[in-house]
Amino acid sequence: MADQTFPIPGTPDVGLSRGAAVLEWLHSWVVTVDHKKLGILYVVYAIFFMLVAGAEAMAIRIQLAIPHNHFLSPELYNEFFTMHGTTMVFLVGMTFIFGFGNYLVPLMIGARDMAFPRLNAFSFWMTAFGGLLLYYSFIGGFGLYGMGSAPDVTWWAYAPLTERAFSPGHNTDYWALALIVTGFGTLGAAINTLATVFSMRCRGMTLFRMPLFVWLMTVTSGLTLITITPLTAAQVMLTIDRYLGGHFFDTQAGGSATVWMHFFWIFGHPEVYVLILPAFGIASEVIPVFSRKAIFGYPAMVAASIGIAFVSLSVWAHHMFTIGMTSVSNAFFALSTMMVGIPTGIKIFNWIATMWGGKIRFATPMLFCTAFLFQFLCAGLTGIMLAVAPWNWQLHNSYFVIAHFHYTLTGSFVFCMFAGIYYWYPKVTGRMLSETLGKWHFWLFFIGFHMTFDTMHFVGILGMPRSIYTYEPDRGWNTLNMIISVGGLIQAIAVLILAWNLIDSFLHGSAAGNDPWDAWTLEWSTPSPPPPYNFATDPVVRSRRPLWDIKHPNDPDWKYER
Amino acid sequence: MLTLAFMRAAPSVAQGALTTPSILAPASTPAHETFALSQFVLVITGTIFVVVGGLLAFVIIRFHARKTDAGHEPAQIYGGTQVELAWTVIPVLTVVVLFLTTARVIFAIQDAPEPKSALDVTVVGHQFWWEFRYPKLGIVTANELHIPASTSDAPQPAYLQLLSADVDHSFWVPQLGGKTDLIPDHPNQMWIDADKPGLYLGQCAQFCGIEHAKMLIRVYVDTPQGFDAWVKNQQQPAMDDAAVAAGRRVFESEACANCHTIVGTSAHGTFGPDLTHLMSRATIAAGAAANTPDNLRSWIEDPNTFKPGALMPAMQLSDQETDEVVAYLTTLR
Amino acid sequence: MSSIPIFADENWRLPSRGRVAMFSLIIGESAIFTIFVVAYIYYIGRSTYGPTPQILDVPWFNTVCLLSSSISILFAERAIERGRMRSFGAWWALTMLLGIVFLAGTTVEWKRLIYTDGLSIRTNLFGTTFYSLVGLHATHVVVGLLMLSLVMIFTLLGRVEQRHAERIQVLSLYWHFVDAVWVVVFTVVYMVGR
Repeated sequence: MADQTFPIPGTPDVGLSRGAAVLEWLHSWVVTVDHKKLGILYVVYAIFFMLVAGAEAMAIRIQLAIPHNHFLSPELYNEFFTMHGTTMVFLVGMTFIFGFGNYLVPLMIGARDMAFPRLNAFSFWMTAFGGLLLYYSFIGGFGLYGMGSAPDVTWWAYAPLTERAFSPGHNTDYWALALIVTGFGTLGAAINTLATVFSMRCRGMTLFRMPLFVWLMTVTSGLTLITITPLTAAQVMLTIDRYLGGHFFDTQAGGSATVWMHFFWIFGHPEVYVLILPAFGIASEVIPVFSRKAIFGYPAMVAASIGIAFVSLSVWAHHMFTIGMTSVSNAFFALSTMMVGIPTGIKIFNWIATMWGGKIRFATPMLFCTAFLFQFLCAGLTGIMLAVAPWNWQLHNSYFVIAHFHYTLTGSFVFCMFAGIYYWYPKVTGRMLSETLGKWHFWLFFIGFHMTFDTMHFVGILGMPRSIYTYEPDRGWNTLNMIISVGGLIQAIAVLILAWNLIDSFLHGSAAGNDPWDAWTLEWSTPSPPPPYNFATDPVVRSRRPLWDIKHPNDPDWKYER
Repeated sequence: MLTLAFMRAAPSVAQGALTTPSILAPASTPAHETFALSQFVLVITGTIFVVVGGLLAFVIIRFHARKTDAGHEPAQIYGGTQVELAWTVIPVLTVVVLFLTTARVIFAIQDAPEPKSALDVTVVGHQFWWEFRYPKLGIVTANELHIPASTSDAPQPAYLQLLSADVDHSFWVPQLGGKTDLIPDHPNQMWIDADKPGLYLGQCAQFCGIEHAKMLIRVYVDTPQGFDAWVKNQQQPAMDDAAVAAGRRVFESEACANCHTIVGTSAHGTFGPDLTHLMSRATIAAGAAANTPDNLRSWIEDPNTFKPGALMPAMQLSDQETDEVVAYLTTLR
Repeated sequence: MSSIPIFADENWRLPSRGRVAMFSLIIGESAIFTIFVVAYIYYIGRSTYGPTPQILDVPWFNTVCLLSSSISILFAERAIERGRMRSFGAWWALTMLLGIVFLAGTTVEWKRLIYTDGLSIRTNLFGTTFYSLVGLHATHVVVGLLMLSLVMIFTLLGRVEQRHAERIQVLSLYWHFVDAVWVVVFTVVYMVGR
């Protein structure tokens, strides 16, 4: 037994020593091609990096709590905020959505796995190693002394600051290469999701009977195909500049700084929708179940999601109102950006209409989704303000913008991810998360969130620009910054409560059963956790809520659905 | 709603001991127009906030599950064409209104023709300081921009030509107007016309490297007479005081002259700020420190004390040479 | 789930996952090429020094080779669909040959540009955009050839059968895409940009 360290997965582990059993367990996770295990890996990876990037954010907030602080050196500050942004978008956001997608899409459409299980594993490990490559930068260069050569050019990395002339060393190389690697992983995951949705649905699961989460993963994956790739292309150009002496963004040789801006934001803006659409999907699953009502206006929800994806492709230059575009371009991008408000408005109204007349149970997932609705409303309205180009000339690159996009990415995206974790954790582990800790987590995070990000709007209006490692004491920003930092600390405590809840409930949580929330989509018809094959017999569905049909045989959905 | 409260409070903050660069205390035509537009947008978005937020609050309060509820599920409603149509059309109309108002202000600010009386200034962004050139007046200065106040009877807006010597920067003085980026391969233009004399603060608003945070801007809006006096002084060559000839020799013979210009001497460098009238400026190192002899001395000895990562090297002068150079610099009024 | 009666959808048919995935990949790849093509077009004439696109010769022979490989692979697809494996092998080999001739032509072109005209990727902006766009396409040809040769080896070993027609067609989709991209690259680099 001693020399057989890696037994074939699936063989009975009788007679294994404890060490060998651990190795086998580990091995089973490394070689797995099961969509559920990969989904869990994705989400655990996302949570891990959320803690890392959260720690970076805390360091940033300590530095900015008082003016002229010396907690972080300028280099380290620049590295931390660059890494915070890059990590949160690429290693937390993207992995969260593909984690949930991986786990839930096959279960929700009645399939036994993703279309390409091995591609699935490949995609995850590409993403994972891309993340490791990015973080290896901290021990590259001069090592941990001075925090190595972590990227320090902001997550939008405007040229020509990223060219060799202005960023010698390897900081920017780590950034570009790591994102190319994770980019390939993401592309693989997106292709896999699309193939799964179009080719693996169970009998009766027509496109217009798919749960909204599946729809939104489909739209997001489609959007990923055409947004991650421009970033990859731009990163390749940057790498050619840096390693082969190219001149794409070399302004001394005719290259252009604005071309990089366009390429980056052609990726960068749809990217926000790539992240937020699956969050909408989670809200569209949680809100109906806890309101005890079918989703209101399903076809409109699908249409609005596709509409958002299309409009999002034509709004990128609203990140560039200040670069001196012509007045006509500015007007065009102001209009296209405002138009995003129409489909998102439809979605908010539909969610509220779903709750209208229901019997709303405010369990933790629903609390997070309700807060999401409120915060997303505010984020949409500040988005409208930022779309007003002349006002944007004032607000752009100020803390107002930071507040706005944290309202979308934290207040909306992360809140929905938390809702998703509380909602599906029982399915994944077979145990309930503690409601008490969940409520603590929610309320602390909610309060901390509003302390931090509400205040950021004001400090931005008072003229504080982003990406600065310190500020002058006479600007009237001192108190506000202190409030922001304290709010950050409260959020950090809340996230630690979540981490503790995840571990503690896994060991001691109460048994969940198959269907703890009395829900209606197919994943709740399987045991918790679901067996490797998901469904003993292939399910057949006849409406958008197959479990409702079973629970209410006299009044099934398919009689009424349009 | 808190924002509204802030709007009223902020101008008074700006007039107090603090010098808050608030966008709610505009002092220039573009800033005023933007502020007026922003109030209009705030009213619209505020209304939406109250309506939708109120709906959400009502739903939460009215429809939460009660212990007294019967066990059966609520009535299932799958959609409603009319109500869905309503909440599609109303946002469309709102967007149309918002867009038309926005477009008007975009064109008003961006395409305003440059009047004959305008003052031309070329702003060059450097890692981590500002160069201000007045091509028609033959003045070159740094970090502290002087412009005359502009009144409706004698308008004299300043037209800023924005260039960059290295990477992207962004010129932002909130009270005078929105920001515009300085991009190496893409010259930009913006205009400001401050209506009352005073000091307006701003800073670089596009990350440009390690010391981006200490790339501050001070705009002095002078009375017309004050501005003329300033121009007259700046047009003079540097003071030539025999008492500090030793310091001038050090300046000219050491590396200082490679990067800095002092008109009237052999120093013609262009990498660093023009020092011809250094003492007419309130700060050094793009606002990182007050312009005092002590600070000048520390700056020359080691720029990292104020601004770690600044591109000026520590000059490695002897104590005596440093004293002489500082003495010389303090005569450059 | 058996409590739900099976109803009308007796003919429950879904598209092949291979095709869906390949179409998705092609959409993603098109976005990459779009960015490179846009960069090329934007930078036409912006080089501040060095050789200009006038030094390029139009690679007609190469182009004809690559485009006809799209036709030969079409015949290969037909052949495997009908189970004519010898014919399949022949058409497949011809496709590969045409692809290799294309790459050889590119090699000759690049060698001339580098050694005679002194244009490398670092010479100037034109060199950077030219080599990266044409090189990106050539990389795709190389990847395509690798996959084609994998199929060729299995064909020679007698392991490819009629039932693999679907997979062969999915692979051919990629090859058609590579050819279609060449039409764009050719037009932009040798027609518009010269």
